[in-house]
Amino acid sequence: MSKEATPGDAEPIDVMDPKTTQYELVKEALRRDGIEILHYEPRYEPGSKEEKRVERTIAFFFALTGLGALGFIVTYIWWPYEYEFGGADVMSKWYTPMLGLCLGVALAGLGLGVLTWAKKLLPKEEMIQERHDGASEPEDRKLAGAVLAGVGGDIGIHRRPLLKRALLFGAAPLGLAALMPIGGLIKDPKNDLFETGFNKKFNNGKPVRLMREDGTLVRPEDVSVGGQITVFPAIPGGASLKHADSPTLLIHLREADAEEARKNAYVMNQGSQWQNFIAYSKICTHVGCPASLYEQQTNRLLCPCHQSQFHITDNAKPIFGPATRSLPQLPLDVDEEGYLYATEDYKVAIGPAFWEREKK
Amino acid sequence: MKRRKLDVKQLPAKAAGELDDRFQLASPVRKLLTKVFPDHWSFLLGEIALFSFIVLLLTGTFLALFFDPSMTEVHYDGSYAPLKGIEMSKAYESSLSLSFDVRGGLILRQMHHWAALLFMAAIVVHMGRTFFTGAFRKPRETNWIIGVLLFWLGFGEGFIGYSLPDDALSGTGLRIASGITESVPLIGSWASFALFGGEFPGDSVIPMFYILHVFLLPGILLSLIGVHVGLVFMQKHTQWPGPHRTEHNVVGFRMFPNYVSKQGGFFMLVFAVIALMGGLFQINPVWMFGPYKAEVVSAGSQPDWYVMFLDGLVRLFPAWEIREFGFTIPAVFWPGVVGMGIFTMLPLLYPFIERRLTKDKGHHNLLQRPRDMPARTGVGVMSLAFFVICTLSGANDIIADKFSISLNAMTWAGRIGLLVIPPLAYLATYRICLGLQQHDREVLAHGVETGIIKRDAEGRFYEVHQPLAEPDEHGHTHLEYNGWTVPKKMNRLGALAPTLKGFFKPIEKPAEKPAVEPGEDREEITAGKN
Repeated sequence: MSKEATPGDAEPIDVMDPKTTQYELVKEALRRDGIEILHYEPRYEPGSKEEKRVERTIAFFFALTGLGALGFIVTYIWWPYEYEFGGADVMSKWYTPMLGLCLGVALAGLGLGVLTWAKKLLPKEEMIQERHDGASEPEDRKLAGAVLAGVGGDIGIHRRPLLKRALLFGAAPLGLAALMPIGGLIKDPKNDLFETGFNKKFNNGKPVRLMREDGTLVRPEDVSVGGQITVFPAIPGGASLKHADSPTLLIHLREADAEEARKNAYVMNQGSQWQNFIAYSKICTHVGCPASLYEQQTNRLLCPCHQSQFHITDNAKPIFGPATRSLPQLPLDVDEEGYLYATEDYKVAIGPAFWEREKK
Repeated sequence: MKRRKLDVKQLPAKAAGELDDRFQLASPVRKLLTKVFPDHWSFLLGEIALFSFIVLLLTGTFLALFFDPSMTEVHYDGSYAPLKGIEMSKAYESSLSLSFDVRGGLILRQMHHWAALLFMAAIVVHMGRTFFTGAFRKPRETNWIIGVLLFWLGFGEGFIGYSLPDDALSGTGLRIASGITESVPLIGSWASFALFGGEFPGDSVIPMFYILHVFLLPGILLSLIGVHVGLVFMQKHTQWPGPHRTEHNVVGFRMFPNYVSKQGGFFMLVFAVIALMGGLFQINPVWMFGPYKAEVVSAGSQPDWYVMFLDGLVRLFPAWEIREFGFTIPAVFWPGVVGMGIFTMLPLLYPFIERRLTKDKGHHNLLQRPRDMPARTGVGVMSLAFFVICTLSGANDIIADKFSISLNAMTWAGRIGLLVIPPLAYLATYRICLGLQQHDREVLAHGVETGIIKRDAEGRFYEVHQPLAEPDEHGHTHLEYNGWTVPKKMNRLGALAPTLKGFFKPIEKPAEKPAVEPGEDREEITAGKN
C-alpha cells in the first residue's frame, strides 16, 4: 500500500494574517478537515481557445433548456389537448408526446450543461481525506457507559421490583390498547365465502334463475351446441361486483361430451347437469381469476392468470398448472316458464381455498 | 433623511455574517463543503433510485389533485367515446379523466408510472452493486437492511399504486392478492375481509390503498431513504482499492463544487429520461382494459415487472395443497407467502450469514472485486438466475404465444429450470471467478500479452510478454495482487496514445508519439518482414 495521507505534516498558518491568499486559506481549511490535496489543476489555460469552446458548448445546452421549457409552456397552453377520435393525423394525439419531448429536451439540456461544466471547467482535483470511523475512543466509551449507568441508577428500576412489575402491568395493556383501533377493520367472514348470489336467501327462499350481464334471463335454446355464455344470478345486482363470487360459465355440451360428463360426475355433482347443459363457477380455484378461456376442441378451460387448466367433461378437475381443486358445479334445471335456474347454491365454497374451507 | 447606500456586492457576505451570528454555521458549513467523495460510475446507481423517487413525489402530488379514490359506481360520461355510458367506479372514471380531460394529465400519469418502474429497477441494480462488491460488510450492515426494506416497501407501494385506477387489469391483480391473503393458515379469510372490508372486492379497498399510497408508505419510504442517505454521508462512502487508497481514507473530490454539480446534472438527466419516456412511450393504458369485472380477464395479464417474479413463482409452483383435520393450506401459500418471506429474510440476514462463514469480523471501507470472492459472486449470480427465471415465467404465456411454444412446455421448463439453472450458474460463476483471478496472477508474474509472436532458433513459437516490473533471472516479476484492476492490454501501459477527446473535432492536440517507444522486439519484426 502506498503511504497514508499525512495532512498533519503541513504547517498551520496564521489565518488572520491579511497577507494570506485565498488559496492558502482554502488549503488551511482542507488541512483542518483532514484533507490533503493530491492533485489540483485547471483543465484548460484560462481564456484559451479550448476553454472558450467548452463554454460555448455549455451555453448551447442552457439555450436548449430555455427553448425546451418555452416549447413546453407553449404546447401546454395552445396545443389542442382534448380527446378526439382518430389516428396520427389528429393534432391532439401529439399533445402528450410534444410535452414529453419539450420537457425532456429542457431537462436534458440543463443536465448536460451542468455536467459539462463539472467535467470540463471545474479544476481537475483529487484529494485524500482521512476517515475517522470505527469505534469511539476507549475513554469516550467508558465515560458514556458510566453516564448511562448513572442514569439507570438514578431511575433505579432494577432496585425497585415493585415498580418494575407495576410498570409492566401498566404498559403492556396500554400497548395492546393502542392496537385496538385496527379492530375496526376486522369483520367476521361468517358464511360469506361459502355463499354466492345463487343462494336462495337472496331470492326470498326461491331458487335463483340464471341471467346474462344485461339482465335477460336464459333459455336453453339461447346457447348453441358447443357454445358457452357467462351467466349471473338473476337477483338485483347479480351481475355487479356485490356478487363478484357468482359469475358462472354455462356450457351447452355436445351429445357425446354430455354423456361423458354425466358418466364421470362425482357423487356431489350427480344430477347437476340439465340435459346437455353444464355450469361451472368461473372463479378459478387457484387464486380467483376468471377461468374463462374455453377450448372447445379439447373441452378444456384455461385460466389466463396462472395457466391452470380444467377438464370440462370430467367435473372441471384441474389437469395442469397450480390449481388443486375442481371448479364447483352449479346444479341446473329449467322451470315451467322455460328458464334455466339453479336448484340450489354451489355445494362447496367457490374460488381460492382458505384455512376453514372444508367446514361446510 | 439620507438613505444608506446598498452595496450589492457585500450582500452575500453580510447575509452569511448575519446567519453565523445566530446559528454558528462557519465550521459545519466548511466541513460540508469540503467533504471528500470517492468517484466511480457504479456509485451512481442508487442515485437513480433517489432521483426517480423525487420525480415520483412531484408527479404523484399532481395526480393526487385530480384522482378520486372512491368505489362508488357511476356511468362514464367523459370524452373517451368507446367507454361512454359504461358503469365504473369513480376511481376508474377519474383515472380516465386524468388521461383525457385534464390538461397534461396523461404525461404526468405516465411519468409517474415510468418513474416507479425505474425506481424499482435502480434499487435492484444498486443492490447488485452493493452485494457483488461487498459494500454491505461491517460497518454498513444497517444500510443494507434498510435497502432491502426499501425494495419491499417500493414493491408494496408500486403494487398498491397500480391497483388504484381500478381497471380490469389492476382488479385482476387485487383478486390474486385477495387469493394469496386468504391462503394464510388460520387467519386468511379474516385478513382478506379486513383488507377488503368484507368479501372481495368490497367497496373500501381503493380508499384504504389510497391513504397507504399517498401518505403512510411514502412517509416511511421518505424517512428510510433519509436515514439510508444520511448513513452513507456519516459513515463515508466505500471506495475501490487503488493508488493512495486505504481503509482509513477517502480519495476523490470535494462535495462542492464537483460532487454536487455532477449529482445535480445527473438528476436532471434522469428526470429528462423519465419525461421523454412519459411523453413518448405509452404505459398502462387503463382505458383499453375497461373497468374491473369479476368475470372478465384478458390473456396476457402481467403485473409490473418487479411483481412478475412473484407471479411467475405462483405459476410454477406445483398443485400441492395440504388438507388435514378438516383444514386447508392452499398451494399458493407456499410461493405467495412463505416464498416471499424467504426472499425477504435471506437478503436481510445475508451480511450476518457471510460473516459467520468467512469469520471476517473486520471493518471494511475498501470494495472487493467480484472475482476475488467467488463464493459470494456465485451466490449472487445464483439468486439472479432464480429471479430471472421466476420473472420470465411471469410472462410465460406471452413467450409461449410469441415463439409458438406450448404453454405447458413453458411451465415445465420453468419448473425444471428453477431447480437446475441456479446451481449451474453458481458453479459456472465460481469457475469464471477463479479463472479471472488466475489470469490476474499470471499477468503479474509474466507480464501483459503483447500479441507479438516470436519464433526461436528451434522453431518454437511463443508470445512476447511485457513484464510489469523488472523481471528476475527466470523472467518472473514478483508483484503482489492488491485488489485493483491489473492492466491486461498494452494501451493500458501507454503503448498507444490515448484516444483524442472531442465530439466533432479533437479539443486537444494529438500527442506527438506513443508514450512508450516501440521496444527492440518490434524493430526486430519489422526487420524480419523486409
